[in-house]
Parts: sequence; C-alpha cells; structure tokens
Amino acid sequence: MTLTPKTNPKPKVAVYKFSSCDGCQLSILNLEDELLDLASAVDIAYFLEATRTVKSGPYDIGIVEGSITTPHELERIKEVRAECKFLIALGTCATAGGIQALRNFTKASELADKVYAHPEYLQYLDTSTSISDNVPVDLVIWGCPVNKATVLEALSALLMGRRVNFPPSPVCLECKRRGTVCVVVSQGIPCMGPVVHGGCGALCPSNGRGCYGCFGPSSTANFNSLVNILLPLERFPGESLLLIRNFSGYAPAFRKAAELVLKAATEKESK
Amino acid sequence: MKNIEIPALARVEGEGGLFIGIKDGKAVEIRLDIYEPPRFFEGFLVDRFLQEVPDITARICGICPVAYQMSSVAALEAALGIEVSAETYALRRLMYCGEFIESHSLHIYLLQAPDLLGVPSALDLAAIAPEVVKNALRMKKVGNEVLRAIGGRSVHPVNACVGGFYRWPDAGPLKATLPELEWALEAAKKTVKWSLTLPYPELELDYEFVAIHNNDEYGVMKGDVWSSKGSKLSVTDYETRYMEEHVQRSNALHSHMKGGGHYLVGPLARLNLNHEQLMPEALKALKDSKIELPLKNPYKSLIARAIELVNFYEEAIQLVKAYDPSGPAHIDLKLKAGEGCGMSEAPRGLLYHRYKIDEKGRVKFAKITPPTAQNLPRIEDDLLALAPQLVKMEQEQATLTAEHLVRSYDPCISCATHFLKLKVEEME
Repeated sequence: MTLTPKTNPKPKVAVYKFSSCDGCQLSILNLEDELLDLASAVDIAYFLEATRTVKSGPYDIGIVEGSITTPHELERIKEVRAECKFLIALGTCATAGGIQALRNFTKASELADKVYAHPEYLQYLDTSTSISDNVPVDLVIWGCPVNKATVLEALSALLMGRRVNFPPSPVCLECKRRGTVCVVVSQGIPCMGPVVHGGCGALCPSNGRGCYGCFGPSSTANFNSLVNILLPLERFPGESLLLIRNFSGYAPAFRKAAELVLKAATEKESK
Repeated sequence: MKNIEIPALARVEGEGGLFIGIKDGKAVEIRLDIYEPPRFFEGFLVDRFLQEVPDITARICGICPVAYQMSSVAALEAALGIEVSAETYALRRLMYCGEFIESHSLHIYLLQAPDLLGVPSALDLAAIAPEVVKNALRMKKVGNEVLRAIGGRSVHPVNACVGGFYRWPDAGPLKATLPELEWALEAAKKTVKWSLTLPYPELELDYEFVAIHNNDEYGVMKGDVWSSKGSKLSVTDYETRYMEEHVQRSNALHSHMKGGGHYLVGPLARLNLNHEQLMPEALKALKDSKIELPLKNPYKSLIARAIELVNFYEEAIQLVKAYDPSGPAHIDLKLKAGEGCGMSEAPRGLLYHRYKIDEKGRVKFAKITPPTAQNLPRIEDDLLALAPQLVKMEQEQATLTAEHLVRSYDPCISCATHFLKLKVEEME
C-alpha cells in the first residue's frame, strides 16, 4: 500500500486487541524515543490501551494484536477488516494463534473444566486461530512479543510508501552475525534457531539457552534436518515436541514439524 | 440520570466493561463485565516441563511478565526444595525494580494522570505539556533498559529460570543504566510532590489491605502475607484464607476471604503495611509529603505508586552498583516429585502460584491467582460506595469518574481473565 502524503497527510491508525497479553501493544508504547513523533506523523484514531478518544473509521492502517478465540471475536475481526484499508497482524498470537493455540491440540472444553468451576459461563471457540486464518491480512509481524524496531520499520515504510524491510534470515544467522557460539554445537542444547524467523537478535542463544521459537517459522526452514538434530539432544522425554508446540506451535510449518517428531517416536517404538 | 454504561474501558491493560443500574436515583446494581477471553493457562501448563513454566506464564501479562516469572520460579523452587543464592536473589530483585519502574511510570503518567488532568490520553497531554510526557517516557525507558540488560528484552525477558538465571548478564550494559537511574530518582521525587497537587475525587473506604511483608526489605518476593486486620500467614497457608470463585458475568475469577469479605492488594496495601521498610529517600519523600497513613482513597494509589517509584529507582541504583556476580548463575536441578507455592508483588498487587510436579519435572497441577482477580470484588464495592456521588453527576462526568476509579486500580485484565465498558442505566 502507498499512503500518498499529498491526499492524506495524516493516515488514521487503529490498534485493536483480541486474545492476547497486551505485550505487543505495549511494544508500541515502549517506543519511548519515537512515540511522540509517531503520534504526530499519524492520527491515532483508535487505541484503547493508550486513549479513550475514539474516532470513527474507516482507518488507513489497522494493527491487530491477539488471536481469534471467541464467537464474538470471530464477528469483530470481520468488522475490523472492513474498516481498515491496510491490516497488520501484530505478534505471534495474531500470526499463528499464540500460546493459547495449545488448546488446538487438545479439547478446549477439557481445559475449561480444569480452570473454571463453571465452564458453562464461558464463551469460547475450540481453537485459537491467527488473523489471516479468518480474514485477509496485508502484513504480518512475528514475535512474542514483536521487536519494537520492526513495528517502527513497518510504519515508516507504509508512511513513505516503500517496501517493508524485515530481516530475511533465521535466528541461527543472527547468532553468527553477533558472534554467539552455537549452543547446539558447543553445549548440546536443543535450539530452534535454524528454523525460526529472525528479528529478536538471537536473544535466547546469547543468554546461553536454546531458541524456543517465539518468532515463528522462517520461510527457508528444513524441518527434517531440525528433527534429526533435536531428537538425540532431548534432555527429558518429549522435549522436541514441547519445543515445537509452544508459542508458535499452531503455525502450519510447526504443525508439520510436530508431525515429523511424532512419526519418529512411533517408528522408534515399533523397532 | 440514566444508567451508566462504559462498553469498553480505555487505558487499562485488557478488556472489560462496567454497568451501573440506577433506580429512583440510587444505584441498585453494579456489574463489572470481563470480556477478555479465557485463555486456559492453568489447563495447558499441565504436562509441560517445569523449566518452560516461567516462559509460558510470562505470556499471561505483557506489562508484568517479570511478576509471573518470579512467582512461578519461587513456587517451583519450593516444590524442588531448593533455595537460590543471595546473588541470584539480588538480580531477581533488580529485575523486579525494572518492572515496577516501567509499569508504575506508565500507569502514573500515561494511564491515570490524563483522568486527573482532564485529557483523553497522554498523547493529548503531550500537546499541552510536552515536557511532562517526555520526562515520563524517559523515566519509563530506564526501567525497560534494566530489564533489557538482564533479560534481553523488557516484554517477556528470556534469562530467568527455575534455579536462577541462564547466565549472568554482562555488567557493562547494566552499569550503563546508572546515570539515567540517578536522573530518574530525582524525577521520581518531583513526581511525588506533583502527585500531591492533583485533584483526586473524594472517597475514603474501609479496606482490608493485603500484601507481602518482610521486616528486612520492602516486601516484593520474600515474606509472609500480612493483612491490615492482623492476619499473618506464610505463603503455604495463603489458600486457607484467600479463595477464588467463578461468577457468571465474568471470565475472571473473583477472590474473597474465607467466611466472606473482600480485600485490597496493590500499591495502597503495600505502602500502608510496609512503609517502614521503604528505602531512605522513599521514606523521606513519604515523610515530606505529610500524608497520613493508612491511605484509604483508591484514587490516591497514584501517590503510593509515586513513592514506590522513588523506592525502586533507589534500590535499582544500589543493586546495579553492587552487581559483581561470581559462581554459577543457576543451580543444576535434581528433579523430584513435589508441590510448591510461590508469591510476589506484581506492580498491581499480590500474585500467587501453586504447582504440583511429578518425578520427571512435569507439571501436574497449576493454580494462579492474579492481583486483579483479588481486586475485582473490591472494585465493585468501591463503585457501589461511589454511586451516591455518581447519580448526582452529569452522565459524562459520572462515566469519567467511574472509569477513573477502575483505572486507578491499574487492572490487568488479561491476567485476571480468567475488562471495561461503563453502563449506567435507569432500571424499570
């Protein structure tokens, strides 16, 4: 999308929340050095976490945090799509269903029974799904939480009418660039780095632990290879599956990877 | 006067609405509707490995992830029967200082102050008082930088684990926060003075305050659960007095005390119960303010937050200066079956966790009682107490005053869903 500054000097921006922890919206408020400039470059028309002023749509840019987990959200996201010209799915809940998508691998009703005395009071869907599973999305930004610099890049690009420049390489390469010694090779720690979208700056490996995949699958991932590496490194039974079925577990590529792990486990048993 | 209805409350973390029913000029019904969707954390934690728990529970709340990490590691360490080193404890405390700084400065200036200054948001405040907002953002930023230096990022930091930290953070980036922390400490002292000049609505209530108390330090992570009515319980006895119930209108659980009665957690409770343990400059700021404790006006929790801000900048400075780690960053875990409870003071109040684990370190049961679930029934009580004032006001002012009350609690609705539109309606 190009927002032509001449016809629309201040694009109207709306920020919405669905099922989530608020951390990605907070990443916008955490742009301490840029927030006031940003607020003068765009018209923040709807952003309940920041302001009680609500200007009616349509909006030029919609930013959606969270996943779709209730019948009400299912309806609301359609209204949001209809009132936004350009829709951004912000963070791993919006792009893959988030941690609450763990319900998709079990029965949501059983989880509800465990947590609530009166599950019959609740309204929820059996699955937690991404925004693009429900409506067309124009741009996805991965991360649990998103890296605020990525949000700024996306908005700057939209305002200037240029292409968005996101890191193209996986976490594994971010380690190489920053000179972090590989935790798999040097310490035998299971790590999702080779198959996970870059953008965090290889935070986990640089803190001496394996990547747990909160930025979702990279586009060039080789899951067969990953599974072959992960399985022999398991420190407790089932570690590989837990690592894959985590914050981005419902992303289609990770679902396939989980199947590979389950298949390998079945083969091992039959031998 | 019609019923007051706020369909979507702004400047709170999460989603909810508020309904006040009016009959013959009197409030007859108060209902805080939580429509933040349930996410079932306690359900899907079952069968996860214990070391995953602090990463997963952090995702309950993006504003207080450290609180979730600290309460869960405390509970799991209790289950394993281990105690972390004094150095680890000090770094955890510093991390918590970072979260208090980031959360309190956000709440004071960006979330609550607009109500007191009559503007819709801090962005509108920036148009009339840009220096106030710029300073606020600067105060907040240094909290986030402390978190970044320890845990890689401020939202969902990655370094904390059961047994300690994955690695000792480099001293360089931590020590580099000192000049800003020192600037912010002065800014926080000014914030306390400024907080005393704001036009708080009148409302004095008889609360039972509940907070972690520790004779040796301002209660945050270690200590007993103290109540202003004299109850003193160890963390393992928390559930004997404080319980949750599932009410129909809400996806959040509501807490109450055994035998009935509601209680208040958060900055007012902490300050009223623990002011003697404040750091010296915070104690001086409190004395200079000439506030009489206990502070019983919920709107004035902003003042309590401001005093706490002084305290946590002060403590952060001390901890950063003393940071010189040695020895292993974490204990190597020996897994065994067990049960443990842990608690800590999130910026918005006491956060309790209990887990059962099996011999392989897998979670078999999880219970999480967030601060907002404990405060929700109290917020409704407050609104009922406020109602006689509300019914005399114009609709717009009534709505704002009620909204402001809820916001002053700094409710974390994502956490408690397990929040706000105000609807005041003339009932038939």
